[in-house]
Amino acid sequence: MTEPWWISVIKGAVIINIVLLTFAYTTLIERKAMARMQLRYGPNRAGPYGLLQPIADLIKLVRKESFFPTAAIDLPYILAPVVSAFTALAAFAVIPFGNGWNIWHYHVNGVVADVPISLILVFALGSVGIYGFIVGGWASESKYSLLGSMRTCAQLVSYEVSLALSVLGVVITAGSLSLVQIVHNQAHSLWYVVPQAAGFVIFFIAGVAETSRAPFDLPEAEQELVAGYHTEYSGMRWGLFQMAEYVNMITLSGLAITLFLGGWHFPFAHGLDFLGPLWFVLKLGVLLFLFIWLRTTLPRLRYDQLMSFGWKVLLPAATINALVTALVVVWA
Amino acid sequence: MSPQPLDTLKGFGVTFKQIFKKPITQQYPEFKRPVYPRFRGRHRLWRHQNGLEKCVGCSLCAAACPADCIRVVAAENTPENRVSPGERYARIYEINMSRCIFCGYCELACPFDAITLGNEYELAEYHRDDQIYTKDMLLAEPIKKVPVADPDLYDTPIPYYETHS
Repeated sequence: MTEPWWISVIKGAVIINIVLLTFAYTTLIERKAMARMQLRYGPNRAGPYGLLQPIADLIKLVRKESFFPTAAIDLPYILAPVVSAFTALAAFAVIPFGNGWNIWHYHVNGVVADVPISLILVFALGSVGIYGFIVGGWASESKYSLLGSMRTCAQLVSYEVSLALSVLGVVITAGSLSLVQIVHNQAHSLWYVVPQAAGFVIFFIAGVAETSRAPFDLPEAEQELVAGYHTEYSGMRWGLFQMAEYVNMITLSGLAITLFLGGWHFPFAHGLDFLGPLWFVLKLGVLLFLFIWLRTTLPRLRYDQLMSFGWKVLLPAATINALVTALVVVWA
Repeated sequence: MSPQPLDTLKGFGVTFKQIFKKPITQQYPEFKRPVYPRFRGRHRLWRHQNGLEKCVGCSLCAAACPADCIRVVAAENTPENRVSPGERYARIYEINMSRCIFCGYCELACPFDAITLGNEYELAEYHRDDQIYTKDMLLAEPIKKVPVADPDLYDTPIPYYETHS
């Protein structure tokens, strides 16, 4: 259902602010959860229980000198973090987080933009986001940055293929590319995580690799690459790259929830669906905790192990998953 | 994948269980770990019981210092102004804490047990010039007390220099 354009704008502004707040407090929750798993406290000095730590980090980054290497190529160097951050945030425009509400006499949709091909839009934005990392590393005119960004982008591109193939099973089962339609279908049948369990596992593993999180976080391996593609960035520009990484994590979790975990629906009782955004946020919390848990537990994969896993294990698995789903759907 | 996927999953269980255990961190300003009695902290200049300073300005400590951070300028004791029980006293006695390596050689070199290394270690300052400690700062009692471990357990009952001066 179309709605007045200014409602979409207001919704977009609200969603962006909530996502940025989630990003800030995800950094805090990651540090505290990782610390607790390592038998230590996380940050607990900034405010009560460290709750003002993200604000302290923000103020520090803003006040820090964003140095500009003389050798760096002006426009791409400045635009690279902007492109990454923009595409990471823009993918949130098509993720449904609620049914629809009637406020006064206006109908407000549960998505910011209800596009019929929203799944393809999300993947397209993800691919454009990789440009930010490539260009950032290359425009820094530094050997470490170039090597780091080449490694990063090879990794991201390889796992992007498996990511896209793993959702093919969901698309075939749901019969539609629209995220709103997929969530709607899961209300009437089992959540797709049950018939598509392999697809979910492959999606999650490829998602962890897409966002360069451990155990696939070679781009951030300080011992090997100094800091990879963001070596020559500091201050708020580096903050934007970090924001792109964490918001990518949040977007992928949101996508996993939408495609496999029933979106904003409550598990069996449909009466509680009016609290849609709350269930979405709770599921998001569980998935983000899963990301953090993976980071704390597993050691880093070596680069050749990473690439061979992506191409030789994950890609055939995703393809076979799609084939089997297609056969089952056609013949049953 | 890994050759033992089951062991990897058990590893996840281990990390998860740690969340419910109490962290082992000691929170610093609220809890300070007790130092041993002979801990080499900030220097202290001592006085005799009758109020005269023990330091006679011989500058053996300055000669022994590997970091060359002690500055001693001696002056004659006059009958009107008697500061130490010898012929001379240290008119200027400064230690540059940013150069000091807290080795204790000055304490070993001093023939009068005038300078020892005390237990205070919280010596942070905002400016480098505040790190040069003058004689009255070194003579004074430390402002902040640092918890000390039980001396009867870790040290000789009566320090040697108090019975053999």
